[in-house]
Amino acid sequence: MSSVAVSAQAALDASRLNHHKRRKLINAVALTLSLSAMAFGLFWLIWILFETVRLGIGGLTWALFSEMTPPPQAETGGLSNAIFGSLMMVSLATLLGTPIGVMAGIYLAEYGQKTWLGGTVRFFNDILLSAPSIVIGLFIYAVVVAPMKSFSGFAGVLALALIVIPVVIRTTENMLTLIPNALREAAYALGTPKWKVIAKITLKSARAGVLTGVLLAVARISGETAPLLFTALSNQFWTSSLGEPMASLPVTIFKFAMSPYENWQKLAWAGVFLITLGVLALNIAARVLFRTKN
Amino acid sequence: MGAMPAIREYGLSFLWRSEWDPVKNSYGGLVMIYGTLMTSFIALCIAVPVSFGIALFLTELSPHWLRRPLGIAVELLAAVPSIVYGMWGLLVFSPVLSTFVQRPLQKLLGDVPVLRDLVSGAPVGIGILSAGIILAIMIIPFIASVMRDVFDVTPPMLKESAYALGATTWEVVFKVVLPYTKTGVVGGIMLGLGRAIGETMAVTFVIGNFNQLNSLSVFEAANSITSALANEFAEASEGLHQASLIYLGLVLFFITFVVLSLSKLLLSQLKKREGSRT
Repeated sequence: MSSVAVSAQAALDASRLNHHKRRKLINAVALTLSLSAMAFGLFWLIWILFETVRLGIGGLTWALFSEMTPPPQAETGGLSNAIFGSLMMVSLATLLGTPIGVMAGIYLAEYGQKTWLGGTVRFFNDILLSAPSIVIGLFIYAVVVAPMKSFSGFAGVLALALIVIPVVIRTTENMLTLIPNALREAAYALGTPKWKVIAKITLKSARAGVLTGVLLAVARISGETAPLLFTALSNQFWTSSLGEPMASLPVTIFKFAMSPYENWQKLAWAGVFLITLGVLALNIAARVLFRTKN
Repeated sequence: MGAMPAIREYGLSFLWRSEWDPVKNSYGGLVMIYGTLMTSFIALCIAVPVSFGIALFLTELSPHWLRRPLGIAVELLAAVPSIVYGMWGLLVFSPVLSTFVQRPLQKLLGDVPVLRDLVSGAPVGIGILSAGIILAIMIIPFIASVMRDVFDVTPPMLKESAYALGATTWEVVFKVVLPYTKTGVVGGIMLGLGRAIGETMAVTFVIGNFNQLNSLSVFEAANSITSALANEFAEASEGLHQASLIYLGLVLFFITFVVLSLSKLLLSQLKKREGSRT
């Protein structure tokens, strides 16, 4: 009788042990898979960066910055007009978009915190933040390019600014809401008017965060191609006039990379290398800035 | 606004007309809409499990000193401009895909009835499949970082209780963390989906830009809304062609609007619940 109980107990123990083993096995398999997922993700990053560096660094000569985009199958040539166009459009778009974005961010964080308008603006801003950039290009085309009957660098600037604004609004608002309320209340207690509190206290303490947002926005638009395709178009010649079509680095890369000409593809790789370097540098700079200030 | 002529001409039937012929001036958006949805679907199929693994690794497994650098590396992957992905995909990745994946697959599945149609076509490495893979690589960082953030929100108390009952790490994540953060995870996936649908440059490079829907093969070149816009818009003639393209853009905007609103809704629900518990 007791031997039956003992053997039943043993069977139960064995099944428990098996169950335990199975759970352990599942755990091990899942964790290994997760580890390989991580490796998988990093693998692409490394592969892409490696290829970009390998194929791009050879094109990094003085001619790249000093010469204009060449015709197909020419011996020499650089990307100077594209680089210049990119720099110009990106900086103008930033200049245009930052004040608007910061203002709107201040409104959302300080005045419209819980109002109906604030909520609506916030919602649409979030949608705009991740709206496909090509749709923004279409919008600018319909509103600016079509009535003016010509592609222009100015339209490109507007399209890029429209991408900068939501990014800046979002970070400004987030940074301002992080400022402790005690700081504001202390200023109010001294009889400071609201605009002065915002300008001198909250905005000042949120400066690093806001700057980070601007840097990230610049990083984002310097790689944007889609909204420029049919606003600024492209241009093979040097131009600094905003009324004409203007070349930009991403659009030029797009054109060159899709072409079968070897010298164009080479230049495209050099351009990609430049852009990747710039964007990653901006991102890392933004992170370092944000961390040291906080 | 600019789409009015096309809307007046076709109405809603634009959505399921598959003809796209600038010469005959007759347009329909089915091919592009199919291309967009199919590439995004492939991208999600790959990206969701991988991002889940990455988030799991970053929150539960990784040693502390590795978390920050790895997290930053994943976020940097998100910052690389899409044109870089596109060019890399076209010139580096698609030849590799063609020789090492497509040819063996065709050999392997050449005799299986249904699957055969899925892998037919010239194995040149550009088409719906490669576009889907590139998109997956692009959205993995987005989904992974959202997942990591919502996983971090789970109260440690819950996890520790489960561990104390003898649960394995996997069981803790799957049965405690995941149910707790369900809405947030879905919201993150939606966010990734929104990006995949709206992504232009990377897709334009590798999808092949060919208006066809004759075969269902994922190796065949096709077209998506965004790549059609990028390729044809600047050269489109005034009138119906341009209006049809803008109509396509409108459809695209509508799809992303719905997806993003859904994701916002889900994420904000998570936030609300979080507020009520603390």
